[in-house]
Amino acid sequence: MKIHQLSVFIENRPGHLIAPCRLLAEAGINIVALSLAETQKYGILRLIVRDWEKAKEVLGANGFRASVTEVLAVQVADRPGGLVEVLNPIVAAELNVEYMYAFATKLGDQAVLVFRFEDPDAALQALKTSSVAFVDTVELFSRLDRV
Amino acid sequence: MRDFGTTVICCTPSFFLQVVDRAQELGVDLRQLRVRVGVLGAEPWSEPMRLRIQQAAGIEAFDIYGLAEIVGPGVAGECSVHQGLHVLEDHFFPEIIDPASGRPLPDGEEGELVLTTLSKQAMPMLRYRTGDMTAICPGPCPCGRTLRRIRRISHRSDDLFIVRGVNVYPSQIESALLAVKGTLPHYQIVLTEQGDQERAEVQIEVTPEMFSDRIGVLAELEEKLTRKIGQAVGVHLDVRLVEPRTLVRSEGKARRILDQRHKVKTS
Repeated sequence: MKIHQLSVFIENRPGHLIAPCRLLAEAGINIVALSLAETQKYGILRLIVRDWEKAKEVLGANGFRASVTEVLAVQVADRPGGLVEVLNPIVAAELNVEYMYAFATKLGDQAVLVFRFEDPDAALQALKTSSVAFVDTVELFSRLDRV
Repeated sequence: MRDFGTTVICCTPSFFLQVVDRAQELGVDLRQLRVRVGVLGAEPWSEPMRLRIQQAAGIEAFDIYGLAEIVGPGVAGECSVHQGLHVLEDHFFPEIIDPASGRPLPDGEEGELVLTTLSKQAMPMLRYRTGDMTAICPGPCPCGRTLRRIRRISHRSDDLFIVRGVNVYPSQIESALLAVKGTLPHYQIVLTEQGDQERAEVQIEVTPEMFSDRIGVLAELEEKLTRKIGQAVGVHLDVRLVEPRTLVRSEGKARRILDQRHKVKTS
């Protein structure tokens, strides 16, 4: 299912990554997954947090450019070939993965990956009949709590 | 503005952009408020910037002109036709001169505005060189007023900067920035030198419309901005996207050029 991802614009210079992280820390917001994309001059910090609305508000009020994107959380078997099994139906549906990253925490013997598609609804529809197992927000956070 | 039911706002265009930004951050839609008119001036701004302001705030924006040495705001102002600013000629006598030779120029030709006050008593000004570049609009105004008009100030005679031998005006960069769809950015031009190479970097604060979670989209935007600015000014300027609230803000006038040449240590 779709989950919300926060994307934050940061300049690629010392001290710029810590600023939004410090704000989230002060607001008591835990980061459960993240990825950092970079160019020579700037980067995009992508975050999965439970209370994304509060996180966006805190960042926005402190002058950060933050946006919300819908991404898909997918379960992947944590063994050789697990990722290929998930990618196969994605390729078959002719979907392009814009970017992806993984949760640090495992759910049982399953890893969780975050996929960004151009159109998450279309991707969800296309992959419904496949073996790909999605995780929704409620399930994700309730299972993370149990870990 | 919401509490007081403000209908008219009077400030500099760059300050109004800060108001637009702040409203957006607070989740206030200026178009839903009672504000209907902006009386904006005291710094050069472009026609595309007027359109952006009008769209973002749902107001009609009027350009006004004045200078502290003469009277402050109130030397000239636009009518509802928005085709130049009527000079209040019973109080101020305008002339346009060639800033290099000091000779008067005919109507329609751009030069430096020179003002003489006709009614000021304690401190009259005689042929005061304003440093503002404009032209007298030839012919009558469609609004019916007979007061002569000056074109909106395109730049000051001293705000031009020279990069690698090419004359560049901030107003050219502004037009290029605004031509790229979806940008209403704060920007600043930073001039530095590295060794004997002069560098000009246009720093642009990322707006919500510009930002994307995809790096490719931002890279494409950066490339497009670089190309547009290069085309507009005729020399390559580096473009750097920066975080909001990074650039020097002023309550009054926008500070568009930061000249760090001759200050940076050369290696």
